[in-house]
Amino acid sequence: MARILQLDTAVAELVNDGDTVAMEGFTHLIPMTAGHEIIRAGRRNLTLCRMTPDLIYDQLIGAGCARKLVFSWGGNPGVGSLHRFRDAIQNSWPVPLEIEEHSHAGMANRYVAGASGLPFAVLRGYAGTDLPTHTDTISTVRCPFTGEELAAVAALNPDVGVIHAQRADRAGNVQFWGITGVQKEAVLASARSLVTVEEVVDELPEQPGAVVLPSWAVTAVAEVPGGSHPSYAQGYSERDNTYYQDWDAISRDRERFRQWLDVEIHGSERSPR
Amino acid sequence: MSDELSEAPAASEFTSDEMMTVAASRSLHDGAVCFVGIGLPSTAANLARRTHAPDLVLIYESGTLGTKPQRLPLSIGDGVLAETADSVVGVPEIFNYWLQPGRVDVGFLGGAQVDRYGNINTTVIGEDYDDPKVRLPGAGGAPEIATSCGEVLIVMRHSPRAFVSGVDFITSVGHGRDGRARAELGLPGRGPVKVITDLGVLQPEERTNELTLTGVAPGVEVEQVRAATGWPLRVAEELGAQQPPTDRELRILRELKATLGNGESS
Repeated sequence: MARILQLDTAVAELVNDGDTVAMEGFTHLIPMTAGHEIIRAGRRNLTLCRMTPDLIYDQLIGAGCARKLVFSWGGNPGVGSLHRFRDAIQNSWPVPLEIEEHSHAGMANRYVAGASGLPFAVLRGYAGTDLPTHTDTISTVRCPFTGEELAAVAALNPDVGVIHAQRADRAGNVQFWGITGVQKEAVLASARSLVTVEEVVDELPEQPGAVVLPSWAVTAVAEVPGGSHPSYAQGYSERDNTYYQDWDAISRDRERFRQWLDVEIHGSERSPR
Repeated sequence: MSDELSEAPAASEFTSDEMMTVAASRSLHDGAVCFVGIGLPSTAANLARRTHAPDLVLIYESGTLGTKPQRLPLSIGDGVLAETADSVVGVPEIFNYWLQPGRVDVGFLGGAQVDRYGNINTTVIGEDYDDPKVRLPGAGGAPEIATSCGEVLIVMRHSPRAFVSGVDFITSVGHGRDGRARAELGLPGRGPVKVITDLGVLQPEERTNELTLTGVAPGVEVEQVRAATGWPLRVAEELGAQQPPTDRELRILRELKATLGNGESS
């Protein structure tokens, strides 16, 4: 049974120093405010897993929360590079960052294996690329039926999975729809989970095609309206494209980034909007 | 881009980027199923759907199948893609059910570096992976798009830094380091069949799979393309000349780009 908690209580309880954390959301429904709360809580030495690190992990990495990043595409979508991510890899600032790099198909299948309770997943992937040379969670396996050699990726089972969704009821049953990325798999692969939602309602409306995570599969739900900003929540908010563009200038400069952290994260109870 | 949308363009007035986008759109056949990347491929695919290929099926890696966006999406997960799609599925499904078994005809890719055998690098510049000169975004969906689609089209701006003899890192395999990887690895798709640039078109030569200049953009000289290519570029015996964009293509392209309303990624 999921518990309905305040965001700060949920983060304090569920996310520990040194944890492996997956915060998913594929352009849509990115749990940004939960990420800000993890920065505010001062978590350190996290292994951050995410297909598309984008701004949420650029901010966590710049704030010194991460020891390692497991990912498949690290950029600012539609804008360019992630400068805090680059600074950490190229200059170890503010702390060195280890990376474990995959393709989207590989990462998606790692979550599928994790959610399925299997040690690994098979896919037709990585063949002919240089990725397996640098990533030890990519290997090969021979099909016992045909003898064909296939790519194998190790299951990903985070300590805690964090996602944002449109809504939940008071029992903690979660509905979300639109582009659903790998959020369901990330929650089901994780030992603990936190779902932030736009609203907690007395009764969930029937929503054709909605993905539902039942209350008993979720650890905690926190009501965080606008919790995916600057990404969007279909039916609730639009993507704030200006924020993504503005982030480029803020993140390029360590001093500007520090000011941003002081004002936007540490200077407020909750991040604005 | 400095499109003056208020002025009706003459067919002779177009940018090299517009020629590249139009050439890329013309490479898509009506009815084809196309796995689309954001940026130039997305612009070209949406132009094709509005011109000669109304039944083009667009798939984006965010999970949207058969999407028909009324405007250019700003990102791979733009809400307009989900709202106008036949179906929206999760990311594991898009790769496992739709791409992997060979249901997609054309993969449409860009990159930071491409080499003489059509291998693409979007991972690191520099030979030391652990200490790169430049850290790039990484693989995303491209490695499996490059292997599993029926064929691959690459769209990139031409420069010696981008068109290198051998890429520093193979993120997405074209024809391998020696041009023979696809046969040796038993990869399902044909791989890159065309690289469309702002200067012209390169295609793998039949026997060696080495990218060879097969067409030039209007007003572009072969020497110009050679100078922008980081290996001794071979030129096809019969060199084609690209037809300039028609007034209609230009008009629709500019109307389409005006719907983006924001910076386009590349």
